[in-house]
Amino acid sequence: MDKQIRRLGYALLALFVLLLATVSYVQVVAAARIADNPANAFRQLVAEYRVQRGRILARDLTTVLAFSKKGAGELKYGRHYPDGRRYSGITGYYSLLFGRGELEQSQNQFLSGNAAELLPQTLVDKILSRPVQGATVVTTIDPAIQKAACRAIASLPHGGAVVAIEPATGDVLAMCSNPAYDPSDISSQDVPQIRRAWRRLNADPGQPLVPRADAQLFPPGSTFKLVTAAAALENGYGPDSLWPNPASLTLPLTSHRLHNFGGEICSGGSHITLADALRQSCNVVFGGIGLKLGPDRMAEEARKFGFAADTASGDVPFDVPFREGVFPTPSAFVGQPASVAFSAIGQFDVSANPMQMALVASAIANDGVLLAPRLVTQIRDSQGQIVKTFEPAEYSRPLTAEHAHQLRDMMVAVVQSGTGYAAQIPGVTVAGKTGTAQHGGANEPPHAWFTAFAPAENPQVAVAVIVLDGGDLGSDATGGRVAAPIAKQVIEAALGISGGA
Amino acid sequence: MSHAAARPRARQGTTIALTILALVIGMGTYALTGLGKQGRVPANLALYGSLFAVLFAASLLVIRRFAPFADPAVFPTAAVLTGIGFAVIYRVRGDLAAEQFTWAAIGLAAFCLTLIVVRDHRQLDAYTYTIGLVGLALLFLPIVPGVGQVINGARLWVRIGSLQFQPSELGKVLIVVFLASYLNAKRELLRLATVKWGPFRLPQPKHLGPVLLAWGLSLVILFVEKDLGASLLFFAIFVVMLWVATARPAYLVIGALLFAAGAWFGYANLAHVQLRVDIWLHALEPANVNLFGYGQLAQGQFALATGGLVGSGLGLGIPYRIPFAWTDFIFAAIGEELGLLGTVAIILLYVTLVGRGLRAALACADGFGKLLAAGLTAAIGLQAFVIMGGVTRLIPLTGVTLPFVSYGGSSLISNFILLALLVRVSAGSARG
Repeated sequence: MDKQIRRLGYALLALFVLLLATVSYVQVVAAARIADNPANAFRQLVAEYRVQRGRILARDLTTVLAFSKKGAGELKYGRHYPDGRRYSGITGYYSLLFGRGELEQSQNQFLSGNAAELLPQTLVDKILSRPVQGATVVTTIDPAIQKAACRAIASLPHGGAVVAIEPATGDVLAMCSNPAYDPSDISSQDVPQIRRAWRRLNADPGQPLVPRADAQLFPPGSTFKLVTAAAALENGYGPDSLWPNPASLTLPLTSHRLHNFGGEICSGGSHITLADALRQSCNVVFGGIGLKLGPDRMAEEARKFGFAADTASGDVPFDVPFREGVFPTPSAFVGQPASVAFSAIGQFDVSANPMQMALVASAIANDGVLLAPRLVTQIRDSQGQIVKTFEPAEYSRPLTAEHAHQLRDMMVAVVQSGTGYAAQIPGVTVAGKTGTAQHGGANEPPHAWFTAFAPAENPQVAVAVIVLDGGDLGSDATGGRVAAPIAKQVIEAALGISGGA
Repeated sequence: MSHAAARPRARQGTTIALTILALVIGMGTYALTGLGKQGRVPANLALYGSLFAVLFAASLLVIRRFAPFADPAVFPTAAVLTGIGFAVIYRVRGDLAAEQFTWAAIGLAAFCLTLIVVRDHRQLDAYTYTIGLVGLALLFLPIVPGVGQVINGARLWVRIGSLQFQPSELGKVLIVVFLASYLNAKRELLRLATVKWGPFRLPQPKHLGPVLLAWGLSLVILFVEKDLGASLLFFAIFVVMLWVATARPAYLVIGALLFAAGAWFGYANLAHVQLRVDIWLHALEPANVNLFGYGQLAQGQFALATGGLVGSGLGLGIPYRIPFAWTDFIFAAIGEELGLLGTVAIILLYVTLVGRGLRAALACADGFGKLLAAGLTAAIGLQAFVIMGGVTRLIPLTGVTLPFVSYGGSSLISNFILLALLVRVSAGSARG
């Protein structure tokens, strides 16, 4: 009998080994797949909402963009956004039904307390049966500049967007879109309210859930001439290089002719300098520059500023979804050389958003070195200890320091005596560039652009503004008249100058 | 055994140390559950702690007095399972915790009483048929009109007055005792009266009677009581004991064939068997996860998967959303809050119990004792496997309790009686 008893032991042991393998499979190997079942959503939600989610703070460490506190419902913690509408493009939302957006999504591992860096603290909490707490995300946002930026675009009839960047670090100081939304509406625990708000936001043609500042694309118009000018400088044409200045440009292989804005002739004679063409924003001259440089050199320069080849790709790292500007791949110009002229003035298939154009300005401001935009600087655990730091990172060098200084001086002239005079600030040298971008039909009011940095000799802030469909001025709008005053207000806030108006 | 005289003192020290550890683990689990659930230690922690301490101490005294040579690990292993079960029941059904404690107290009393009454396991060998008949009666009591109750589709409960219990749990213990006695008496006959057929030595057709009878009885349990779990366990224990007694693998083969035939017949004719198999195969499909039957298995799987490696922490998951989390699905509740670490610990505790039980069987000198210990061990091991395998979806789910852990008086009391018999055999075997 003893032999059988031993064998019975082995048989029972085999069954239990099989059981050990099964629990390992269910609880570890296949756990994510099993737990991901839609029918388990409630369990996951309750688990997620049981953690006191971390806060999102401004760079001053005191302004709270998002926080969690205990609520009454079955879900333990609720998410709150004290100034939700102002910061929605940064925080995003945290919704029971519709997932997460922006930092709530990209920093979820930290905010929810699941990141590997938080493991020591989390383990201590678990062992002591203390509730696990999420980590705090510290952003680069400056509340004063953000407030000024949002106020400046708040009353635009067709909306707009602003981005302000610190050129030396890539820190995003402000990023505001109009229309915006209040994330509280879709982050509450009131299901019918969430569904109503979600339907309303998705029906809005302005797409508030897709911030205009960094996630939608528009034709950049003449602000793109900064990229064309940089390409010219990098390819051996100095600020004083002379370019033909006809009344209009005959384009190869087409019957189209390229005119200056309003059909005017730029002053200065039959040939004018690169610097003067930028100051007056001459389409005809820049179209000629584009044709002279050709699609390869234009595309190469645009890539260095972060422009992608199409809307699907792009490699500029950012903490929230960022759609880089687009400059088509050179092969797209084969058989239609005229398009290079339109691209050089920011039309045709070229597109951008304020974040992209602020990056262009910041590279010029930062001696030709482009830093990747940065929105998060630190992660702090629930005890306030820093567990992770994100350092500034260089993205590219679109132009040499010498060329950057030349372009800067050209941009200073734009504000001092050119199209961007409305951005002048007493006592501060502002470098800028206007843009008035045609889009849609001939009768559609243009998008007004302005991108700038200041002070020119020691840049503290780079700004880009878009005002959609001409703002108050409609078809009469230009970047100089509509967008430059907004950039001015943001620069004043960034430099701590109280606005005159 | 020549060295036996030196062992008793050391072993009792081990028993005491392990039982204290069991008490600390059980009450620690209870305290942490309260902390996680309500943010504070349960108010009655000291009360339950001291009550369990008194009960365990009394049991140790009885072991010391009436079974001094008992295996040192068997009782503490059951004690720690009981303590964890109490804490988890408090977690998922706080209202049942006091009752569970009462059942544990009665179970421990039954444990002591069994050890006191049964001074030598060979006493039981004298009442073979009495015990067998009582066991069978208990197994089939639920069929009797008027006393039988159908709960959750299975007729395995009995109600007498206000008292409601599941007699098959105790029936299971008595039938193991009966089989040990009966098979030990007939083993030579069953072993030697064979005909050669190919490589096998088959029992003579007239000796197949007991096997066919057991098979028939298990089918009755399946068809009339609709109790898949008890039917399966009853037949498996019988075949295993028959094989251990006779050393004839042919019985295993015949048993497997009969099981296959019974399973096929059941599957072909019983909707609830078909449903069980379908639930097993398709529990997690999106169309099914909210259906009755599928839902409980799916919730169990979700609980285990969400628990992951280390679990949500005691009191911090939502195991109360698993149907029957205090009985059949208590293993999934443990998996959610204690993770893989918790489930592996529970499995290893049963491995310990099985290992110690079979060790007692090996060490026992008489055939009856060997068969008894092996049968009792197989009963507890198979039952633990069947329910844990069912909850984890290793095998189709059949509703049986997780021994010592699940809520329920019948189960706890029967299992403590079973444990007492195992302790008795182990004590007897050491004495030689």
